[in-house]
Amino acid sequence: MTRIDAKFAQLRAEGKKAFVSYIMAGDPDITTSLEVMKGLPGAGVDVIELGLPFTDPMADGPTIQLAGQRALDGGMTLNKTLQMVRDFRADDDTTPIVLMGYYNPIYSHGVDQFLTDAKEAGIDGLIIVDLPPEEDDELCIPAQKAGLNFIRLATPTTDDKRLPKVLTNTSGFVYYVSITGITGAAAAQATDVGPEVARMKAHTDLPIIVGFGVRTPDTAREIASVADGCVVGSAIVAEIAAGKSPADVLSFVKGLADGAHSA
Amino acid sequence: MDDLVNSFMTGPDEKGRFGIFGGRFVSETLMPLILELEEEYERAKTDDSFWAEMDFLWKHYVGRPSPLYHAERLSERLGGAKVYMKRDELNHTGAHKINNVLGQIILARRMGKTRIIAETGAGQHGVATATVCAKFGLKCVVYMGAHDVERQAPNVFRMRLLGAEVVPVTSGRGTLKDAMNDALRDWVTNVRDTFYCIGTVAGPHPYPAMVRDFQSIIGKETREQMHEAEGRLPDTIIAAIGGGSNAMGLFFPFLDDKSVNIIGVEAGGKGVNAKMEHCASLTGGRPGVLHGNRTYLLQDDDGQILEGFSISAGLDYPGIGPEHAWLHEIGRAKYVSITDKEALEAFQLCCETEGIIPALEPSHALAHVMKIAPELPKDHIICMNMCGRGDKDIFTVAKHLGFDMSDTEGRTAD
Ligand SMILES: Cc1ncc(COP(=O)(O)O)c(C=O)c1O
Repeated sequence: MTRIDAKFAQLRAEGKKAFVSYIMAGDPDITTSLEVMKGLPGAGVDVIELGLPFTDPMADGPTIQLAGQRALDGGMTLNKTLQMVRDFRADDDTTPIVLMGYYNPIYSHGVDQFLTDAKEAGIDGLIIVDLPPEEDDELCIPAQKAGLNFIRLATPTTDDKRLPKVLTNTSGFVYYVSITGITGAAAAQATDVGPEVARMKAHTDLPIIVGFGVRTPDTAREIASVADGCVVGSAIVAEIAAGKSPADVLSFVKGLADGAHSA
Repeated sequence: MDDLVNSFMTGPDEKGRFGIFGGRFVSETLMPLILELEEEYERAKTDDSFWAEMDFLWKHYVGRPSPLYHAERLSERLGGAKVYMKRDELNHTGAHKINNVLGQIILARRMGKTRIIAETGAGQHGVATATVCAKFGLKCVVYMGAHDVERQAPNVFRMRLLGAEVVPVTSGRGTLKDAMNDALRDWVTNVRDTFYCIGTVAGPHPYPAMVRDFQSIIGKETREQMHEAEGRLPDTIIAAIGGGSNAMGLFFPFLDDKSVNIIGVEAGGKGVNAKMEHCASLTGGRPGVLHGNRTYLLQDDDGQILEGFSISAGLDYPGIGPEHAWLHEIGRAKYVSITDKEALEAFQLCCETEGIIPALEPSHALAHVMKIAPELPKDHIICMNMCGRGDKDIFTVAKHLGFDMSDTEGRTAD
């Protein structure tokens, strides 16, 4: 059982929805992003998604693209991202951390070495955008063997025929992408998302967490109420981009978390 | 090599792999789309009416077959091998790109797609896509790196004349790879009506195989024409490589002819050195995953993708088609690099000896011909792919040669 499984078991027992937040590791610099990260659980975040910067984030909109660029310009690397996780784990051994990014930095590091390093650093799960089920042998299956969750994206284009394929080898939770599009784009609609979540629930017992297009406490509440929780990324990253202090970013996050938890 | 493989022409496998290269490294949103495309392409491939339409348009719209031309004065000047050029620069729109675009657009029409998107570097693929879209009355959006919009201004105007929307890409570093990222982002957003027309043998399966198949008309014609002209196969075939589509098109029909030497020429920029001022993915990169496939990439120690550098906008891509990566690893084809300076010399020599203004991309292939031809016997036949004409490049070349285009006396700028 990973920290992710434990957290969802706990939320389920409490009858609570999950609030998941995304930040980019090293944006705008390591010190600031570590400070924000350390404050997230206190602001009500149940699961932390930590972005691994990549030069070519083909599923991300401008907000997260630029966050990755700021991090890379500041010298962020995979090894430094793992170090950030170790530093976080020094004071927090329970909050689940999901590393979210693209395959090439991991492939370049060497898959086996990466899994050893990630596990040792305290990462619990992976969301790798450019690894669909068709490429499960690359990382998904080795990651599960190493005791990490591999969290898959399901999207509006994942039809019923394909859904079982996407759900096989998925663990931790399912990340439902509320829109066809990139991060930071159109607003998610609870009326669209509700039936989609129900469709997935027919195929899996895993928690369904909805992301993309959630930017405000109200949307967080609406979306969380039709799923097991929601993710906010670009809206938080935009606060960091605007130069807000970690304290201000965290109070913004708290508003979103309260929204999701009121569902 | 003979014992390992019976045929080099059977790839990719059912996972879209050539050896370990290729694959389908895309987000879940795109996965159903590329599966649908694969299905549709497999159907079209064995459908005579599809190829009948292609053949008709290749002949009457593109102007195929393109000639196979014995470059006599150039051969004489080099004093060795007999050099032939496959004249794909005579195609409508001035490059090989349209061979592939026609195939993809006919496929898009069969799939009921109404909006076509494309990425472009030099602008040749963008122009070809805008052209065929105009012909069929389809909406066309072309993503082009902001830097390339500047250095390939004539092609930008052409695309706009043809009714396409040209989107200057400023994300990332504003180059061809970023244009491809933005095209993929568009596709993820507009999944229902949009067809992504990729301009080279890269991207997720089935693109590398599909684009190769459409471009293979180059090699098929070359075989027949060479047979007519010389009664035999060429000894060496050479093509320039950006993503590798004109090269795959020439190479593919010859892969199982073991007597034929196959040479791909990458852009060496200022030289394949530690500073990475080049685009030679095979000579200066290592395997990685980008834009849906595993292949050789220019990247740093952390797996971050590096910008290429080349005088030629069409070769300025940090990756290479996965089939080339495989041919390189198994040794069936050899890959070399040519610097900007060498390409410029070849460009000038071709103008002076043959009355053909080549694009900067095939000038790289020609530069390698210049290197090897003098050492080869007179009965050694080389065929290089003259895959594009140089009209689009004259401003760039003028600048590099220090020529002031506004001076009617033709004096140099300094
Ligand atoms: C004339 C010409 N040759 C070659 C290329 C490089 O592409 P490829 O390697 O796919 O043939 C381009 C690309 O724009 C081009 O315009």
